[in-house]
Amino acid sequence: MEVTPDAIVFWQWRFVTINATIVFTWVVMAILVVISWLATRNLSVGPDISRWQNLLETVVGYMRKQIREITQQDPDPYLPFLGTLFLFISVSNLLAIVPAYNPPTGSITTTGALAVCVFFAVPIFGIMQQGLRGYFQHYIKPTPIMFPFHVVSELSRTLALAVRLFGNIMSGTIIVGILISIVPLVVPLVMQALGLLIGQIQAYIFAVLATVYIASATRTTFGKSEAHSET
Amino acid sequence: MDMVSIIGLVSIVLAGATIAIGSVAPALGEARALAQALRSIAQQPDESNTITRTLFVGLAMIESTAIYCFVISIILIFANPFWNHVIEQAGK
Repeated sequence: MEVTPDAIVFWQWRFVTINATIVFTWVVMAILVVISWLATRNLSVGPDISRWQNLLETVVGYMRKQIREITQQDPDPYLPFLGTLFLFISVSNLLAIVPAYNPPTGSITTTGALAVCVFFAVPIFGIMQQGLRGYFQHYIKPTPIMFPFHVVSELSRTLALAVRLFGNIMSGTIIVGILISIVPLVVPLVMQALGLLIGQIQAYIFAVLATVYIASATRTTFGKSEAHSET
Repeated sequence: MDMVSIIGLVSIVLAGATIAIGSVAPALGEARALAQALRSIAQQPDESNTITRTLFVGLAMIESTAIYCFVISIILIFANPFWNHVIEQAGK
């Protein structure tokens, strides 16, 4: 039993290592790209749309609604980044029911990379919305004494994002592995079903937390015009 | 006892203690949060969407402390750096 899929090495040449994390990340990426490409190949308008287009429209529409509710802003600038995060984590956790598949989110390298993406996306979106001056001013609010606390909170929440996703998915894999060696009948199945639920909740939570962080960096003041447009 | 036995003993005992103590406090906190959220939904069923979303985010925040403890106990059992160091020293 391996703790992380990093330890399963398929192919190695000098310092270039192809391990299970990379391979299964490629698999998830390929599945997402191929399904999106097939579904958006011939889009149509009206009541007579294909099943795959219906599925993608539901997913995208629901994500737009959620982002609009949380950020109280127009969701379109944030949808590509946040939607990709959610779909990638969700599909990579969902495929855990496939035999011989190790979720790449069960490795600290994958979750760390995703958390670093969020870490850099927050100032990028903030500067895009408010300008350099407006974004960096919130570091010294309400007083300049708060500056180190703001910096520490940004670093620690990045670490928390990475370790939370990693810990939840890895614990699911390990608990099933331990149970299979103790009671191989029925009981691991229940834990695997619970693991599927936890995987979806964690994907949702990762995306919602990224949305909340980006919203807090892009929203200047409460109760301005965009807050009223919702009601 | 030699070095390897001491490190093994301390690691196993501490891994169990970490996960035991570290899961009690988040469990109490999550129970309080859940009870309060259910009460709020019973009082204001129209706001259940917002309450549920905030509840999930909050539960994830609380649960991350338990996850930290779990990760540390897993490191102590499966990937103990001191254990590996001592084994390496003994091999020389």
